[in-house]
Amino acid sequence: MAKISGAVEINRERCKGCELCVVACPVKVLSLQPKEVNDRGYHYAYTQFPDKCIGCAACALVCPDACIEVFRAVEK
Amino acid sequence: MNPEDIKRSENKVYSRPELLNDMPMHYCPGCSHGVVHKLVAEVLKEMGVEHNCIAVAPVGCAVFAYNYIGVDWIEAAHGRAPAVATGAKRLNPDRLVFTYQGDGDLAAIGTAETIHAANRGENITIIFINNAIYGMTGGQMAPTTLEGQKTATTPYGRRVDLNGYPLKISNLLAQLDGTCYVTRQAVHTPAAVRKAKAAIRHAFEASYSGHGTSVVEIVSTCNSGWKMTPAKANEWMVENMFPAYPLGDLKNNFEK
Repeated sequence: MAKISGAVEINRERCKGCELCVVACPVKVLSLQPKEVNDRGYHYAYTQFPDKCIGCAACALVCPDACIEVFRAVEK
Repeated sequence: MNPEDIKRSENKVYSRPELLNDMPMHYCPGCSHGVVHKLVAEVLKEMGVEHNCIAVAPVGCAVFAYNYIGVDWIEAAHGRAPAVATGAKRLNPDRLVFTYQGDGDLAAIGTAETIHAANRGENITIIFINNAIYGMTGGQMAPTTLEGQKTATTPYGRRVDLNGYPLKISNLLAQLDGTCYVTRQAVHTPAAVRKAKAAIRHAFEASYSGHGTSVVEIVSTCNSGWKMTPAKANEWMVENMFPAYPLGDLKNNFEK
């Protein structure tokens, strides 16, 4: 059976750490950096479990700063 | 499959809208304005009207909207965006003209301009961000503030006997013969974002094709003004704002 895998690319300098993408993700791929901050001092979002991503783009749709790019591929 | 192998241009399914420029937005983290800016930029690009469009910016948090979306903008005085848009549309009838306003701008100081522009049936679209508060100036009570809601100027909650009732201005506008499409949407979940995008597109098409005024109200959060985290503000909005401002089309006289 073909498996759909996804990946997200987060622009960490543009991210403001609002956590809306973390809440929106149906498979809990994303988290906020617990300690590290970006140049503007925000705990930016990162892919904690990148293998779980299904490429549904829910995170990108709700991101107010449009800093998430989503990729999706079908594994044969 | 390795995530790095998936990150190739042919696999891209979502990216930043082309019309949004690289300027970092000044909005607070989690503000609904960013999502609506993104939707407007996407819809204008999809309709192919980015070079044939005049947008009118309000006074309020969205005052710098002209810095972010790459179309022609006019900055209007506080509340006067529908009046400015009327002039822009009458002089350039072939352009798509829309205003982007908050609730302090549209429902308080600009009530007269909004209602009369809609009553005249000007062929403009009004995008109305309703967060029930004056966000830019520090969270004071707005006409749309809910009953009992605590704000900077109503620290014990809005009292109906003193401050009146929340103003449901979209319901008022739906009563007018000049409007062709009035809807109320939200952007708190991915499904709601998709619906809001479809509503914005429908509204732009309605006014662009000369059917009258179209209004898209977006029930939004102001997590800074409400003193909550963005995720908590979304929950608060679902619990408290949606009963007062139920989502859905209030009027739809335009069919494609």
